[in-house]
Formats: sequence, C-alpha cells, structure tokens
Amino acid sequence: MGFLFDKNTWQEIFGSIGKNKTRTIITMIGVLWGIFVYIGLSGAAKGMDNGFEKVFKTVSMNSMFVWGQSTSKPYDGFKTGRQMQLKLDNVTELQNRIPEIQYIAPRITLGNFGSDPVYTVRGQKSGTYTINGDYPVYTKIATKKIFDGGRFINDEDIRQARKVCVIGERNLQELFEKDENPVGQYIRIGSVYFQVIGVHKMAQGVSFDNDGDIFIPFSTYRKLYNSGDNIGYMCIAAYDDADVVQVEKDVKSILKSIHRVDPEDERAFGSFNLGEMFTKISGFAKGLTFVSLIVGIATILAGVIGIGNILLISVKERTKELGVRRALGATPKEVKSQIILESVFLTVLAGIIGVILGAGVLSLINNMTKDVDFPYTNPTVPIPYVLGALAIMVVLGTLIGLIPAHRAVSIKPIDALREE
Amino acid sequence: MIEIKDLHKSYKMGSNSLHVLKGINFTAEAGELVAIMGSSGSGKSTLLNILGMLDEADSGDYTLDGVPIKNLNETKAAKYRNKFLGFIFQSFNLINYKSAMENVALPLYYQKIPRKERQERAMKYLEQVGLKEWAHHLPSELSGGQKQRVAIARAMAAEPKVLLADEPTGALDSTTSYEVMDLIQKINDQGNTILVVTHEDDIAHMCKRIIHLKDGVIEKDEKVTQVRASQYV
Repeated sequence: MGFLFDKNTWQEIFGSIGKNKTRTIITMIGVLWGIFVYIGLSGAAKGMDNGFEKVFKTVSMNSMFVWGQSTSKPYDGFKTGRQMQLKLDNVTELQNRIPEIQYIAPRITLGNFGSDPVYTVRGQKSGTYTINGDYPVYTKIATKKIFDGGRFINDEDIRQARKVCVIGERNLQELFEKDENPVGQYIRIGSVYFQVIGVHKMAQGVSFDNDGDIFIPFSTYRKLYNSGDNIGYMCIAAYDDADVVQVEKDVKSILKSIHRVDPEDERAFGSFNLGEMFTKISGFAKGLTFVSLIVGIATILAGVIGIGNILLISVKERTKELGVRRALGATPKEVKSQIILESVFLTVLAGIIGVILGAGVLSLINNMTKDVDFPYTNPTVPIPYVLGALAIMVVLGTLIGLIPAHRAVSIKPIDALREE
Repeated sequence: MIEIKDLHKSYKMGSNSLHVLKGINFTAEAGELVAIMGSSGSGKSTLLNILGMLDEADSGDYTLDGVPIKNLNETKAAKYRNKFLGFIFQSFNLINYKSAMENVALPLYYQKIPRKERQERAMKYLEQVGLKEWAHHLPSELSGGQKQRVAIARAMAAEPKVLLADEPTGALDSTTSYEVMDLIQKINDQGNTILVVTHEDDIAHMCKRIIHLKDGVIEKDEKVTQVRASQYV
C-alpha cells in the first residue's frame, strides 16, 4: 500500500485526471449528485425529527390524559348513559396498581370543557380565565417555566390549602400594569383573593395550557368550589421504557372495574394518548430518515456505477496510452492501481464536494425555516454517517474501478500498441 | 548482447496456423547498429516484438545481456523492458496530454526515480536530441520529426541496453527521416546497441549490418559500410 503515499503516484494521477478536465467533471457529477441528495435528504429528515422533538419538548413524551364520559352499555344492574366521575382515590389506586406509571396528576378545571371561565379582578382591571386546581406533580408531566422570582404550587400550598395562584403571561398583561412585579400582589378570582406566587411562561410547541390559565392548589380549589373528591381529568406519564398503549389500556380497565363499567364499554372513559401520537410522528421521522438513507445510497451507487462506466470508456480510449506505458515498463499492477486510484480519487473528491454542497443547502434551509411555524430544526447529518458514506464510496469506487482496471491489463501491450 | 537460437513463432488464425518465424538464429554484439529488413509479412515486426518482450516465442532461446528471457509473466516482462529496452515506434506513441519532458520522464517514473531527478534527466536527453526549448510543449504542438526525436529521448532516458526501433522513419518524409537516422547513428556512436526494423533500403544502409528476412527465415546477414545520414541533412 506504500504507493498510496507516494507523491509520484499522485502526480501521475493528477496528470491524467487533470488533462481530461471535461471528462473528469462529467464523471464526478454523478457521484456528487448522489451524495448531495443523500446529505440533503437525511439532513432534512433529521431536521424534521429535531423539529418534532422540539415541539414535544415541553411535555412528557409518553404521557396521556384520561377523563370520564358516560357509559354506553348496561352493566351490573346499571343502565346506559351513566355519567362517570373520576375520584381522587382512583389516582392512588392507579398509581399503586400500575408500576409503569411514573407520574400521575389529577386536575380539576373551571372554564374548560363547557364550564364558564371565572371572572377575575385586580383593581380596575378584570378578565375571565380558566382556573385549574393542580398538584405540584403536574409540572413533572408538563414542564412549566416560571419567570424569575416566582414559583409553582408546592406541597405546603396543598397541605394548608393556601390561597395562592400562578398566572399566565396574558393574565399578567391584562391585569397588571406594564413593568409591575406581580409576585406577592393579590388578585380576586371569583369572590376570593389570591396571592400571585409566579408567572408561567408560554411554552412553544405542544402545550396542555394556554397563556391565560391560572393555577391554584388542588386543595384550595376543592374547598372553594366544594368539589369534594371529584377530579376533572388525570394526566399520566409512564416511564420512558414503558409501552404507553398498554398503560392506557390498563388504566382504563382498572377504572372500569372501580366504577363498575362493562369491560367492553369503550365510551365510559375518554383518553388522549400523546405518547402514542408521538411514537407515530417520530416513527414517521425515522421512516423518512430510513428512506433518505436508501435513496441516498442508491443514488451514490448509481453515481459510482457512472464513474465505472466512464472510466471503462476512458480505458478504451486510452488503450494505446496504457500500452505505451506498459512497453515503457509499467507492470500490470501499476496500471491497475493507477486506474483504481483514479476511480477512488474521483469518487471521493466528488463525494467531498457533494457533502459541502449538501451542508450548504441544509444551512440555507435552516436559515429560511428559522422563523417559520413548521417543525424543522437544526437539520444535520451526523459525522459518522458522512464518514460512513465516504467509506462506502471508497469501497464502491475501488470495486467499480476494478472493472476498467482489469480491462486495461487484459489487453496485451502489443495489441494495445497496434490499436489505432 | 542479444543471442537468439532457433526462434519459432506462429499465430493461430481461426483453424489455420500461420507460421511467421521459422527458426531464427542470430547474435548481436554490444554497440552494433542492425537493420532488420524484409517485405511485409516477412516476420520482422514479430521478431522485434519478441526481442522487445511484447510478444513471446513458441520455442527457441533468447538471451539478453546474459539474462535468459523465458517464462515471463507480465510483471517480469514489464520490469525487464524497463531495465533493458528502449522502444521507438513508427507512430511515435507519445502520451498526448503530457509535455515532451513528461513523456521522456515516463520510463523513469516506472523506475521509481524521484520527480526532480526524472525531470533533470529528461531535460538532459531532450537537450541531446536538440529539443530543450520544446520541453514544455505537448506532442500536438510538435512536428513529426520532433515527435520522433522526443520518442528517441524517451527510449534513451532509462539508459537501456538495447534500443528497438520499429520503422522509426515510416511516418516521416525523407529529409526528416535522415535527421532521425542521424540522431540514431550518433546514439550508436556513443556505444548503444540499436536494432532498426525498416523496409527502406536507404535507411537500412545507414546501419552497420543488415539482416534480410524472408518468409520467416534469415535470407541474408551482411555487414555493410555505413552511410552517414549527416551528409544528407
């Protein structure tokens, strides 16, 4: 392999490649295009993947919601149409019985799902907003960013049923003066004054809440609205390695047995499985990555075959030259390695240019989609993939170069010299 | 220098076999300038190709500078060609995308001589053939005579034992032919062994010895008084 590092070898190769510039360029375009397509596509797929990831960043990716609806089948002496009401102790039971559940947060809400929002006042300003009764664990499922100086509801708030609230950015704008620090101030929700303990930041992407939602401790809510053990719905987050679809089924079947509902009744409890949706979307992105890999490699392959083809023609054209070289003392090995090196060199050079062009286009797309509301972030191709593609090209370039190389030495030098 | 004994060669043409060389014997000493003459089909090119290790004889012995040449594979033949032989072709066979100097340096490349030394030596031989000023021109920018002189410089560059010229003047007009022959004579004067295949009488008489081939056998092997080409130039 010493000849690879021999300056003379490369001078010979640059000589023969450089003197046929048009042919060289045309030869390279095939591979260049292949790697360009590969980089462009897989970068785009990765960008989409990253984009989805960013959108779902603010929520636990394998979470779901479960709420009560009404039964659709008679069971155990009950008639159909019975309204289901989730209770606080259901939460404990689910947590105890399903080990896959990491976090479970019961919520109760006014101002959503058909109920009227609550009239909220501060001084001369007022508005109507959705009020949520929450536990601190809720932030484990849906990340809540709280502006500096504030906090979310904590366990002590729950225990003492404190009249404290976390408001949204919209509440802040509508109820407070500009540049006013809301933390520590009081607002009236319904007929009760609450102290503001924090302002939550509106999350980009998928969010369970909007910027006008007010959070108060669950225990406070329950006292205030006399809701007893009732809860509106529950948010459940399973462990990362758990099968969310199965968890959803388990949750529902346990709820059905607690509430004495026909196990076959699909309507009694409603649910929305974010994890399943996320799996589907990320599956889509992965599929896209896979497709781009296949398309890219196929295109590279086509390009390399093109190189082989053109080198074959060029060897035919150069029969006489190669004959002369052999008459002057080039061994078959030297002729062969020159042709193969030409092939590999062209392939790799084209590949590198393709990678650079592909990266350029990706960064262009990245700049263009920066401010667009489209799940597309940071389109990149991992370096190992790029190196892998280049390695594949070296291998393919060598293999395809073998054909013209073999052709070049299969003709006897004497016949090559006679060729006109 | 060259010793061949009972050399036979036949070509298969479909079902027929064409017996081209039917037992050739001759010896050439170092410093000889030998013309091989004969009409077309007499086997002169075949003989030269065998001497040049471009082709292999069916039977017979061939010794070059004391080295028996037999059972050659391509690699070995290439190495011997590089070491022992310099070729001059009728159609020059210069590599068209290489400059005159690069063409001359090519055999040295296959001797693994570093680039700088290659170029120096190539320039030296180009100077010898009077083409120093044309060193960086492509073959397409040279006249036929100049091309053949570049080819001669290339054949000389590897400092071979024997120069083999296959119709070196075949593609040239007579004035240019004499120029080329003058050059060949001068190279021979320096003590190089040269074999020239030709069918032109005047060219043959510029050598020191003429071997007449006819139908695959040596018809006549005569020493002649050399006609100096310089008198025509």
